[in-house]
Amino acid sequence: MPKTIVEAKVIGQQILSKDVKLIEVFAPEIARTAKPGQFVNVQVSKQAAPLLRRPFGVAGIDYKSGTFKMIYRIMGEGTQILAELCSGDVISIIGPLGHGFDLTAKHPLLVGGGLGLAPLLYLAQSFLKKNIEVLMGGRTASELFWQDLFNEETAAIHMTTDDGSLGTKGTVNALLPQLLETGKYDCVYVCGPVPMMKAVVKVVEKAGLPCQISLEKYMACGFGACLSCACGGVGKRLKVCTDGPVFWSTEVKEW
Amino acid sequence: MVKPLYDNRLAINIGGLKMNTPVTTASGTFGFGLEFQDFLDLEKVGAVTVKGTTLEPRSGNKGQRAVETPAGMLNCVGLENPGSDYFLQETLPKLKKIAVPIIVNIAGNSPEEYGKLAKKLDVDGVDAIEINISCPNVKQGGLAFGTCPDSAVEVVKAVKANTSKFVITKLSPNVTDIVEIALAVENAGSDAVSLINTVLGMKIDIARQQPVLGNVMGGLSGPAIRPVAVRMVYQVAQAVHIPIIGMGGIMCAADAIEFFLAGASAIAVGTGNFSDPRLAETISKGILEYMDAHGIKNIQEIIGKALPNR
Repeated sequence: MPKTIVEAKVIGQQILSKDVKLIEVFAPEIARTAKPGQFVNVQVSKQAAPLLRRPFGVAGIDYKSGTFKMIYRIMGEGTQILAELCSGDVISIIGPLGHGFDLTAKHPLLVGGGLGLAPLLYLAQSFLKKNIEVLMGGRTASELFWQDLFNEETAAIHMTTDDGSLGTKGTVNALLPQLLETGKYDCVYVCGPVPMMKAVVKVVEKAGLPCQISLEKYMACGFGACLSCACGGVGKRLKVCTDGPVFWSTEVKEW
Repeated sequence: MVKPLYDNRLAINIGGLKMNTPVTTASGTFGFGLEFQDFLDLEKVGAVTVKGTTLEPRSGNKGQRAVETPAGMLNCVGLENPGSDYFLQETLPKLKKIAVPIIVNIAGNSPEEYGKLAKKLDVDGVDAIEINISCPNVKQGGLAFGTCPDSAVEVVKAVKANTSKFVITKLSPNVTDIVEIALAVENAGSDAVSLINTVLGMKIDIARQQPVLGNVMGGLSGPAIRPVAVRMVYQVAQAVHIPIIGMGGIMCAADAIEFFLAGASAIAVGTGNFSDPRLAETISKGILEYMDAHGIKNIQEIIGKALPNR
């Protein structure tokens, strides 16, 4: 699908936690072509600063209404401007960008932490609810507001928190081995902080299951020109923006 | 063959290099051009300057390679590229199908290597060579050649001796006197100069208390450096007789016009391509609007108009 630049109208925003928001925009060209795992690059301001666009994974689409959702944490200048947008405001968005998840699994397990759960939410939308399970980890219970969002899309939600305030105490790996032992999954999809993904990949590969990872790297353009997000693949160089952001765990050597 | 566009009002011929519009793209910000085909018509760009190419493939620098700064960005990509063989076999055949001049930016570790690369690229489909002696992100070569007039001269001579193409030398702003270097490369036979490359800069992460970029320092680009670029074009234009391709933070037609008035015969859009991949085409249209509003019949009427005694 060709990448497009669209002027997208903000439909509305929703507060998910003290620093995380969900924004819904009207952009039928993107909503009707974006696959789970693909991302968009958003220009939050027409001014010289902030200069660069901000990349966000697509967190869900509504094909009929031509809208899609993004979930973001208010972290700096760009996301602060984004957080202040109101319905009716217009922002320039490039998308859909990159390659999405493989959708051939029958019994997928989704593993995510932090904002990594946003692209997994759209991925969950594309599988049959009765076949899909999610494992989410956070530092504390308040970070797992995601369960409300995943409830509608998945058959089971497994949770871990570092402080034990919700679900199993520990990281996602405190629960992952026993989940995999059940033998009911045929593919694991992981997105979250790099140390978490690396730890998950180790366990999944040991269990002999295929694993897809969604990488995030600082990028200036999002369409393969700036080479900021390049990384080492097996026998070749990869760009997270155009070759990824989703890779099979065995494809990436240096990340 | 390049088909005439924009009613020829923007057409320029800089020392034999003919372009439909003086709006080109800066090396390192436009990939190989092909990445932009979903967004703009490459034939509406004056020339496509491709990513810096080296004799052998380079994987570039490790660690974080880019960071946004006030009205700009720092990068330390480090000339990652698939090498000259790949360029000639895979990329050039695709570029040849597009009716737009192709400028290949080259970098090497020694004058001999620049010469070898120039010879290899002296083929059909390549319209000009841009010598990169100003990359701040590589240890050997790069900027080292661009800060000393003697070594800059050696590189230019090595390239000129090995190519029949139009030769542009890209100058670094990280020098005490850019005019001195510009005059040196003109005397060595360079057909044109392009300026400026990025300004050496740095950002420190105060949470980690460490430099942000993997290579510690990087090249600053974007609107933040535009006044520096305009000043340097203005200075060089008063000293040299060869054409100047001006660049540095151009984000709109008004920015481009400043460079023409300062003495640039053509301009390049760089970091702006990242924010708006259609920018090069948009700027040509904006220049035409400016010309209409000011009764200018041909872009050449305003080149160097802000220079003293014009």
